[in-house]
Amino acid sequence: MKKPFAITLDPGSSLANHTGSWRTERPVYVDRLPPCNHACPAGEDVQKWLYHAESGEYRKAWESLVQNNPFPAIMGRVCYHPCETACNRGALDESVGIHAVERFLGDEAIRQGWLPEMKEKETGKKVLVIGSGPSGLSCAYHLRLLGHRVVIMEAEDRAGGMMRYGIPKYRLPREVLEAEVGRLEKIGIEIRLKQKVNDVMEVMEGFDATFMAVGAHIAKRAYIPAGDASRIIDAVAMLHGMESDSRPRLGRHVVVYGGGNTAIDVARTAKRLGAEEPLIVYRRTKDRMPAHESEMNEAIEEGIRFRWLSTVKSMEEGSITVEKMVLDEKGFPQPTGEFEQIEADCLILALGQESELDLLKNVPRLETEKGMVKVDHAMMTSRPGLFAGGDMVPSEKTVTTGIGHGKKAARHIDAWLRNADFHEEEREIAEFGMLNTWYFSDAPKTVQPVLDLVRRQSTFDEVLSGLSEQNALFEARRCLSCGNCFECDNCYGVCPDNAVIKLGPGLRFRFNYDFCKGCGLCAQECPCGAIKMIPESI
Amino acid sequence: MLQQIEGSRAVALGVALCRPEVICAYPITPQTHIVEALGEMVKKGELENCEYINVESEFAALSVSIGASAAGARSYTATASQGLLYMAEAVYNAAGLGLPIVMTIGNRAIGAPINIWNDHSDSMALRDAGWIQLYAETNQEALDLHIQAFRLAEALSCPVMVCVDGFILTHAYERIEVPDAKAVDEFLPPFEPVQVLDCDDPVSIGAMVGPEAFMEVKYLQHHKQIRALELIPAIADEFSKKFGRQSGGLVKPYRIEDAETIVVALGSVNGTIKDVVDEMRREGHLIGSLAIASFRPFPLKEARSALEKAKRVVVIEKSLSVGLGGPLSDGVRKSLSGIAMKGHTVIAGLGGRAITGKSLKDLFLKAERNELELLNFLDLDWKIVNQQIDRERETRRSGPIAENILKSIGTVASRIA
Amino acid sequence: MSLQPVKFYQTGTFTVGNRLLDESMRAVQANMTRTNSLNSGHRACQGCGEALGARYAIDAAMRAAKNRLIAANATGCLEVFSTPYPETSWQIPWMHSVFANAASVATGIAAALKVKKKNDVRVIAQGGDGGTTDIGFACLSGMFERNDDVLYICYDNEAYMNTGVQRSSATPPGARTATTPAVGPHPGNPFGTGKNLPLIAMAHQIPYVATASIANLHDLEAKVEKAMGIRGARYIHIYVPCPLGWGSLPSDTMKVARLAVESGLFPLFEAEHGEITSRIPIRRKVPVEEYLKLQRRFAHLFGEDRTAIRMIQEIADRNIAKFGLEEK
Repeated sequence: MKKPFAITLDPGSSLANHTGSWRTERPVYVDRLPPCNHACPAGEDVQKWLYHAESGEYRKAWESLVQNNPFPAIMGRVCYHPCETACNRGALDESVGIHAVERFLGDEAIRQGWLPEMKEKETGKKVLVIGSGPSGLSCAYHLRLLGHRVVIMEAEDRAGGMMRYGIPKYRLPREVLEAEVGRLEKIGIEIRLKQKVNDVMEVMEGFDATFMAVGAHIAKRAYIPAGDASRIIDAVAMLHGMESDSRPRLGRHVVVYGGGNTAIDVARTAKRLGAEEPLIVYRRTKDRMPAHESEMNEAIEEGIRFRWLSTVKSMEEGSITVEKMVLDEKGFPQPTGEFEQIEADCLILALGQESELDLLKNVPRLETEKGMVKVDHAMMTSRPGLFAGGDMVPSEKTVTTGIGHGKKAARHIDAWLRNADFHEEEREIAEFGMLNTWYFSDAPKTVQPVLDLVRRQSTFDEVLSGLSEQNALFEARRCLSCGNCFECDNCYGVCPDNAVIKLGPGLRFRFNYDFCKGCGLCAQECPCGAIKMIPESI
Repeated sequence: MLQQIEGSRAVALGVALCRPEVICAYPITPQTHIVEALGEMVKKGELENCEYINVESEFAALSVSIGASAAGARSYTATASQGLLYMAEAVYNAAGLGLPIVMTIGNRAIGAPINIWNDHSDSMALRDAGWIQLYAETNQEALDLHIQAFRLAEALSCPVMVCVDGFILTHAYERIEVPDAKAVDEFLPPFEPVQVLDCDDPVSIGAMVGPEAFMEVKYLQHHKQIRALELIPAIADEFSKKFGRQSGGLVKPYRIEDAETIVVALGSVNGTIKDVVDEMRREGHLIGSLAIASFRPFPLKEARSALEKAKRVVVIEKSLSVGLGGPLSDGVRKSLSGIAMKGHTVIAGLGGRAITGKSLKDLFLKAERNELELLNFLDLDWKIVNQQIDRERETRRSGPIAENILKSIGTVASRIA
Repeated sequence: MSLQPVKFYQTGTFTVGNRLLDESMRAVQANMTRTNSLNSGHRACQGCGEALGARYAIDAAMRAAKNRLIAANATGCLEVFSTPYPETSWQIPWMHSVFANAASVATGIAAALKVKKKNDVRVIAQGGDGGTTDIGFACLSGMFERNDDVLYICYDNEAYMNTGVQRSSATPPGARTATTPAVGPHPGNPFGTGKNLPLIAMAHQIPYVATASIANLHDLEAKVEKAMGIRGARYIHIYVPCPLGWGSLPSDTMKVARLAVESGLFPLFEAEHGEITSRIPIRRKVPVEEYLKLQRRFAHLFGEDRTAIRMIQEIADRNIAKFGLEEK
């Protein structure tokens, strides 16, 4: 139509008016580091794989997960999930049951026979890994993903290290372990069993780099005067024995000495072997026990008894003598001089483990510290090309930490082989305060079905069963996606200036700075804190 | 078809022949009969395809018309007096937006004091709102002008007021020739708006316009009225050819050929003036009259050529520009710019005061004798005025003027107190 | 163990959309092809609640009307910031006449459409609280009582913002405006004044009346959609914070709107033919202070004497009781 001058205007013509010039601050999309990712010793991108799981794309979720950790099925069972401790949802209702979803994905992968995608070309480089524990396997796996050839030398007759010889079956069924380790062989990793390495210098020949992760298999001992008939064994030997044909005979009254997870494992194993109410003796109080609370609670439910503030002084036939302790102001236990006798057919020492470092004897100028090998930021020992990780280097001794070491070492080895440096990108942590929790509904954590109590006291069946698909989906969808856009459309919806462009499913959004006035509503109303306002340079 | 009907009915019939699509009705004397009649026609089904809306005020009446017109409907409403002022903001708005609404004004005085009778104070108050203002002299012309008004409004996209003297025309029964519907349809094609709220071609109507373009928009309003100066006579000619009678146009001269005195006026009073002119002509006076049919646009050129040879002009005003005189005189004087001539403004008939032939004749004779002032008030009772002036001088709390005057003249009700 | 049905707990139903939700459960605003009836380039202030409210409402109405929609607009912020010559932000046929007559203009448009038998085209009138509750009230009431086929939307920012924050009959007690300054023994807008237009609208027995907030988009859109499914006079009163007039942060516009609802100061309800038919229960109840303290227009209430805050809390409590805003 022929429009009257000035009073009548063409539709949408205000696009000529670029209101972006009003802005003093501009919003930018960021991918902050979710606290779960930050807390994961294996460096898992938890939020990222949950993102896929949320939409029921389990294969994609699993593929994303195994970018950082080859063992979701194992992890979902044995990891003490520091991710969940860090989870921001904990401040809202309950943290997301990450481990349960992880386990669901791991089990699903085993069931369906999924293999990780091999994207990198063969490099022609060959790397030796000594030890097939979590750290060694992880390193081998990541090196393989990066296109290197990998040979693992394992002293035992089966692979798995502490995952096999340290963790009881009721926590980690062996078929799960076999399946996940087996997957590594399927992607071309060679595992040479019963190949105990006595001299690293010798075996390193012919390899472009070497990663050592021989673990810590030597039990720490404490001097406990004992009569001839008394039975004192160490936890390592006992758990190792569980993997052999003849199970250790412990007797009715079993006392475990120590306060770590191994002590709990041993006590619960003893219960399953027929011991009556195994007793854990620990020199400090319950809240100071290094063992994880969930483990401890399960143990208590199963009938494991505890005796806090006690040290074992001696063992006689059929009994031990313990001394009561008190904590001083600094929290250290001090003897009281009060003694007591406790029935005991067997005393199991779970006082920690040390590494066997004899294989390093010929490495020149190797630096060690408290019986462990010193490594630099790149997990490399003082000998170029020789890397180490897991329990044999100073750090927390968990499966997950070992897996993290393996990954980290693999990436540095890869860089070292290319004469390059590997740098982890630094990201701001997505804290709870950055979230707008109004948008999240209250949703309690799905509790994994727990094995019937009577059954679990007497069998080595797995105590916790997995989530159903429906529950896993529910749980995944509880993720707040801290610091990372999950395409809720809020920014797109709340912009008064239509200055957010929606790019489509999976493609997220883009700001149209021609019109963005910088009000900051998008950042404020972003549920997950994935938008940051930064000053405009004017 | 000839009918003996009330002026309001004639207007209603004329409007109905124009096939209005939206009619807004709000009662105010003396236009009420018009919308009543239209309402009846719609209700009976005689006027089809028409939404008849009883609104809650004159402001709403014109506002509804504005919306309807912008949405492409031929829209009509009618008002008077206070009602016109109450819708004043919308009056300007309709013109500013160029919406071809036709509105009848049943001309009536404006309070206070409240008064329902005829004068031109209402339409004069809004003479500069941007509407075309046509003044009807007779009921036949009132009817005819509405048909021409829609044609004109839609041709220009400009609203038109048809001013019909309250009571004198609206309530007078006269013999009226009601045009044939088919002929009106031929004369007035369906409304085709220049701008319309259309989902298939959306526009924003009614933008805020700043100093950078406001003057241009206003000039364009003026330009429409300049065009109307050509269109109004053209449409009147066409109307005359089609319907066989003269109605409307810009000016209507009467016996001015050799007139030394020419009387200028708007609307129905021209009938009385012409009678007086005839009488005085018979007595040998060189007198004529000029009816201004289109007050907006004001036909400066036509007025000038009609008046320029006269010795004096007497302008009869049914509206008082308080503090100055009369608005019609302003136009007349402007039309005579540069010509030396006596000009007299006569304020007459305010609030329905009868303008009699006798008073007019006395007035014109006085004019011929050059005894008229520049500004005159026809039949003003100076005694009452002076009484009140004295009262106000003497007493601070002199009381309400209108009530004092009623007391002075001794109306029945005023004796109760 | 008993299974819980899989819900979308990550976002509940509160976010605008979500890639995981079925299209039908996402807001109109989540749609990539939403109309953007009020386009970019408008001159509303940063964080303008009214610009949001208008786009939310009109986009939803556009969807409901299959893009056959005409709007009449009262004078006010919305009109001024959207259509300064030579640019308009409206993508729909839109008209502004004067301040007081939006409802009447809409009536006229609806009448024209009816007579032209364009029954598919729907009409909306819209204005701010001044244009609705004060100057436009007579026209609005007339439109209501005639039951004209118009949906009137009031964007309530509780004062005359366009002219510089003067009091309207929608200004809440205690609020500072340019004409109710925070001075003297009773600073701010006097208590016991003002009018509740949704309730007045209900008194006209019109088919549909609702209140809505930009902070509850899904509810707002559902109400617009419902209103568009009805013929006759309908009224939706949308609460739209004004950062400039209220002295709140532009980034807090949603938060302020949310707290108005959660405190009970702005009840969300629907009424049909004069009867209340639904209300949105308060989800996380907050004391009125939480709402008031974000706005400088209430800053003077936070002195030593907290009587005014207590009185405002009483208003909230009365709303909660009256409209049944607490879930049992």
